[in-house]
Amino acid sequence: MKTFNIGGVHPAENKLSAASPIRVAALPKQAVFSMFQHIGAPAVPVVKKGDEVKVGTLLGEAGKGLSVPVFSSVSGKVNKVDAVLDSSGTRRMAVVVDVEGDEWLDTIDRSDKLVTMKDLGNITAEEVVNRIKAAGIVGMGGATFPTGIKLMPPPGTKAEAIIVNAVECEPYLTADHRLMLEKPEQILVGVQLIKHAVNCPKAFIGIEMNKPDAIKLLTDLLKEKAAQYPGIEVVPLKVKYPQGGEKQLIDAVIGRQVPAPPALPINVGAIVQNVGTVYAIYEAVTKNKPLIERIITVTGKSVKQPSNFLARIGTPMQQLIDEAGGLPEDTGKIIGGGPMMGRALMSLEVPVTKGSSGLLLMTEKESRRGEVSPCIRCAKCVSACPMGLEPYLLASYTRLKDWDGCEKNDVTSCIECGSCAFTCPSNRPLLDNIRVAKQTVMGIIKARHMEAIKK
Amino acid sequence: MNVILIAVIVLGGIGLVAALILFFAGKKFAVHEDERIAQVAEVLPQANCGGCGFPGCSGFAGACVKAADKGSLEGLLCPVGGQPVMEQVAAILGMTAEASAPKVAVVRCNGTCESRPRIAEFDGAQSCRVQQMLGSGETACAYGCLGCGDCVAACQFDAIRMNPETGLPEVDEEKCTACGACSKACPRGIIEIRLKGLKNRRVVVLCNNKDKGAQTRKACSVGCIACQKCVKVCKFEAITVDANLAYIDAEKCKLCRKCEDECPQNAIHAFNFPPKKEKPAPNVEPAKEKEA
Repeated sequence: MKTFNIGGVHPAENKLSAASPIRVAALPKQAVFSMFQHIGAPAVPVVKKGDEVKVGTLLGEAGKGLSVPVFSSVSGKVNKVDAVLDSSGTRRMAVVVDVEGDEWLDTIDRSDKLVTMKDLGNITAEEVVNRIKAAGIVGMGGATFPTGIKLMPPPGTKAEAIIVNAVECEPYLTADHRLMLEKPEQILVGVQLIKHAVNCPKAFIGIEMNKPDAIKLLTDLLKEKAAQYPGIEVVPLKVKYPQGGEKQLIDAVIGRQVPAPPALPINVGAIVQNVGTVYAIYEAVTKNKPLIERIITVTGKSVKQPSNFLARIGTPMQQLIDEAGGLPEDTGKIIGGGPMMGRALMSLEVPVTKGSSGLLLMTEKESRRGEVSPCIRCAKCVSACPMGLEPYLLASYTRLKDWDGCEKNDVTSCIECGSCAFTCPSNRPLLDNIRVAKQTVMGIIKARHMEAIKK
Repeated sequence: MNVILIAVIVLGGIGLVAALILFFAGKKFAVHEDERIAQVAEVLPQANCGGCGFPGCSGFAGACVKAADKGSLEGLLCPVGGQPVMEQVAAILGMTAEASAPKVAVVRCNGTCESRPRIAEFDGAQSCRVQQMLGSGETACAYGCLGCGDCVAACQFDAIRMNPETGLPEVDEEKCTACGACSKACPRGIIEIRLKGLKNRRVVVLCNNKDKGAQTRKACSVGCIACQKCVKVCKFEAITVDANLAYIDAEKCKLCRKCEDECPQNAIHAFNFPPKKEKPAPNVEPAKEKEA
């Protein structure tokens, strides 16, 4: 069974909502569209107070450089364009829409009919990439990197393998799992579109063994329609966290190692796309539908109905929790994302964004961190680190503010997966410290780079 | 006997040649360091705090000598040694030190435990920077003090301490050298290095919240709501409101304290003034009692 080579941990899976089919979440009364839903420059609002919008209306155009546009997922009137509290806990620019009815733009095809590559005729690779860019698609696994940019390999590189990330290694989350079970063929068409866009003959779908039904469904489908979907292969993977990390997945599936930054996956010929992103690409290219909704898991041990929702982007989290049976009394912490990499939310007013893969309601007991005790040099963190770093050392260097030491020990390679802190028997906040070092060292490297350019 | 003699001659010869090479190399590659740098460094406090903006005291001494060669010591100040040390430095370099006003660190947040309710609990690594990176802190104010004491850890002079009652850092003005280490350590930029002012008296807006008034009010009962009342009452145009936050220019402020009385949020504080003569107070209090 394939898996990545270095490190990794095995947190309890807790996939409570794996058996609950995707439910369409109710329309919100008011939707909030943050202009900061992706990595890079924020989108620039193009609507003003009082404007009428429909589902699919452009709300914010892509900013300069690395950026994507933001579209309305509801119809109604713009209430305000102002700084609004978002999941980062700070107030940032957003468009707030009061929902009236559910009118869609005529250009969007709302039918469920499967559109295949044959139906698209002679669509060019540029056209595919342009439609993806215009639809505002970003990586939907959580990193929210603009997808259009990822599908334009820089000169000198060539895509040799498309890897679809259907690992969903975060405990609790089941959004990708349900999507594969309910929209398998759409995903395969999406994979074909990506292959077409970057002119790559081979694609792999990496799925962990804890989703045997999805593996079987896709494998059977590929066997049955081998002529229609050539060059796509399902790769079952051993269950191990953080297999969904881009570099870990490339290692697991095609056995290549991405060098330290600034090298990218494309430098070893790989392009990784989350399965949710693949579905969004399918909808954008074949149905002309911008990224306006996504699947989000609402789960937790004391949640009445752990569910997977198809929610419009901009829906307040509170509403999803209500639909999943309300906020349990013993909730201690609410996490946006999964338990390993997600971040605690300060407020339930925050909306669903393009990168919201889950909402985890932890009980008071679960959410407490254990008491911190001294490092006992057991080196568990070293064997757990999937990047081959020495977390205990980096954390110590951070405490001593020895940024040179941090840089020499490759702190910038850290993928912030949290395996080190998870495995530490002394409950040391290793990742907290390493994040500080990573941010500082990246700043230092950037400053040095700017200085070099000046000279 | 012969062997010993040969050994002595050979070794002596090698030694002589090596000595000659070293002698000429020393002359040829000598690094001429200005003597004045060492002299200046001697009068500096040797705290190596970096408050002057140079890497340590010797770095600052080098910069002083360089500046003196150009003709002026302007802009150079050792915040730890202050004016007396700068005068000594100037004397060594044969210049006159420009008078510089002493400064002090001011914590621009008054969100104590009572005035700023905690809405969340942070149990990660006890560091303001970590807290700032992971979210907006324990209160609803995304601009105020986080209370983990990064500034305290940064201070080399034991001049800033956390007050456990208020949860805010307090500056010991006697010990503070205005080196700015705390200001740099604060991830929210709350600490300002500000002019000490006449007789150490200062009027300061103790708030850093740039949200709109209504939001600020929800988060904190003593936050600046940008109502502009202080701007209107100030006769010296010392107060400006930028990004929903009032700021008093220490150079323009004439310490009249009108703004302090005017502020509806009590966000403006006056430091080191003698207690106010509260004439109307005795009359007001009995009146209240009567009402009750």
